[in-house]
Amino acid sequence: MKAALYAALLGALLSLPWWCGGVYYINLASQILIAAMFAMSLNLLVGYAGLTSLGHAGYLGLSAYASGWLMVNLGWGHFAAAAAALCGATVMAALFGLIALRATGISFLMITLALGQILWGIAYRWTSVTGGDNGISGLTRPSPFGLDLGNADTFYFFTLTVFLLVWRLVAIWVRSPFGASIRGTKDQPRRMSTLGYNVWLVRWITFVVSGFLGAVAGLMYVYYHQFISPHSLSLANSAEMLLMVIAGGAGTLSGPVVGAALVVLLKNVASVYIDRWVMLLGFVFIFIVMFVPGGIVAGVGRLLRSRSLGRALSGEPAAATGAERAGKAP
Amino acid sequence: MSFWFIQSLNSLALGGVLFTLAAGFSLIFGLMRIANLSHGAYFMFGAYIGLNVLDRGHGFTLAVLAAGLGVGLLGAIVERVVLRRLAGNSLSQVLATLGVAFVIADSSLWFWGGDPRPVSPPELLSGGVQMFGLTFPLYRLAVLVFSALIAIGLWLLLDKTRLGVMIRASVDDRQMAQGIGVPASRLFTIVFCLGTALAGIGGVIAAPILSVYPGLDADMLPLALVVVILGGLGSLAGAFVGSFVIGFIYSFGQVLFPDLAYIILFLPMVVILAVRPRGLFGRIDA
Repeated sequence: MKAALYAALLGALLSLPWWCGGVYYINLASQILIAAMFAMSLNLLVGYAGLTSLGHAGYLGLSAYASGWLMVNLGWGHFAAAAAALCGATVMAALFGLIALRATGISFLMITLALGQILWGIAYRWTSVTGGDNGISGLTRPSPFGLDLGNADTFYFFTLTVFLLVWRLVAIWVRSPFGASIRGTKDQPRRMSTLGYNVWLVRWITFVVSGFLGAVAGLMYVYYHQFISPHSLSLANSAEMLLMVIAGGAGTLSGPVVGAALVVLLKNVASVYIDRWVMLLGFVFIFIVMFVPGGIVAGVGRLLRSRSLGRALSGEPAAATGAERAGKAP
Repeated sequence: MSFWFIQSLNSLALGGVLFTLAAGFSLIFGLMRIANLSHGAYFMFGAYIGLNVLDRGHGFTLAVLAAGLGVGLLGAIVERVVLRRLAGNSLSQVLATLGVAFVIADSSLWFWGGDPRPVSPPELLSGGVQMFGLTFPLYRLAVLVFSALIAIGLWLLLDKTRLGVMIRASVDDRQMAQGIGVPASRLFTIVFCLGTALAGIGGVIAAPILSVYPGLDADMLPLALVVVILGGLGSLAGAFVGSFVIGFIYSFGQVLFPDLAYIILFLPMVVILAVRPRGLFGRIDA
């Protein structure tokens, strides 16, 4: 059942350029896949480690700005710039983890928010390096193995490849014994500590991996847009990523992907009618938090009352929300 | 020499503004255990309300009162309609306040447009004062005095009144306080209303210094967060000290290293988190 579902989805994704009908939709699919990578990387923290971060757009920003700046100002090649950007973002994640993991819960959220806003402030104010409000433009897409990524179809397949790699990596990671210990530190940090796990280290490693994958998504983001500005680092953008995770279902494999698809589609559909995306984002946030706290994947699973389908979609029993609430109550 | 004096006064004035912002944030956190991420938006909304009142030719006092009442009312409604329904799940409450922040910020942009709006100080306070052979802008001194009055008022409220006793009891041990009959539910609304009203008032008194513009909310929220992380969550004294420390660091940073003021802001936060994660005056483990 589960394997068939995944095979059908994969088939649909691989054949997308032949049935979706137009460059606009192919680009939309690329955007969804990139957003899904952000959501999946953030989900490692939010869903599996129980650490709600509101500074995730910072990794997007750092890797995008670093690679853009190295290429434009120092004339580096794509590969070197990408490698340097990923290294830089990972080091930053390691440092931010040292700071933010002094706390958990709401203090963690506040610290990550402050760190994210500080990065935004740097991008905005340090005009000699970042170009200020104008950002860095005139960037190009790489051409790995001589492929022309300027073409929408080719870029989509490139994005899909990276997405599947990230998906595979996340899936292996969360199902590994280490993944189990991450979930353990979320539900029962004290017991995990008693059992001899270094709770802090488990969280820190998760934080760094999440930052690294966020930076990978950030590179894809800047390749897609060929432009980076402080707007991409804004709190609204971090919140958008968090909304994807929560709307789809935190702590599930496919939830963030579903959430990303929904948010990107909503954003594109809504922008046809109104240009008040931030307001809509706010209302959707409130709505999801108030009425669909476990996420849409779990919610739909519950609605269908079909346990096998619900599990296939969420990759896990869909009863985590009750326990999560009990754990959060003072 | 005059540079240092003037900048110090600017820092003190900014510290005063930050205090009106952070005091409410800290009070709300202390009682309800939630970080009100819409606090910057309430600040900006208050500034816009004040601007509207001033545009119609009314005085500054009325602008401050209108902003305090308007924003406080909005805060009370949000507490009753949104946060109340999520009681017991503080993470959801925090995320809901983030949603509220976006709605307020984008509504303000829609309603008041995207241009920065300068605000002139009230005529009575627009001049300068001669001291030690230097001219100090009077309005900044007035802001400092005003925030000191607010600090004293809040201290009296918390320390000397029955309401204050109930709030302090609930901050220290909510369950025990409820057990002996403190109406926690009503307190939540009162404190949320009071905290947001303070933010709105802060927005108006800051307007002649910072002017009013879209994005003011996103500029102020991290400042408030850094202040309370530094001073300690739920502590009025912490908010007071933190505000002036950050006021000084941010003002001097902006003048001395304009590109890197944000990085400098980040240093005290790192130091305090490394040495004392609860903040200078904090008693709460969040």
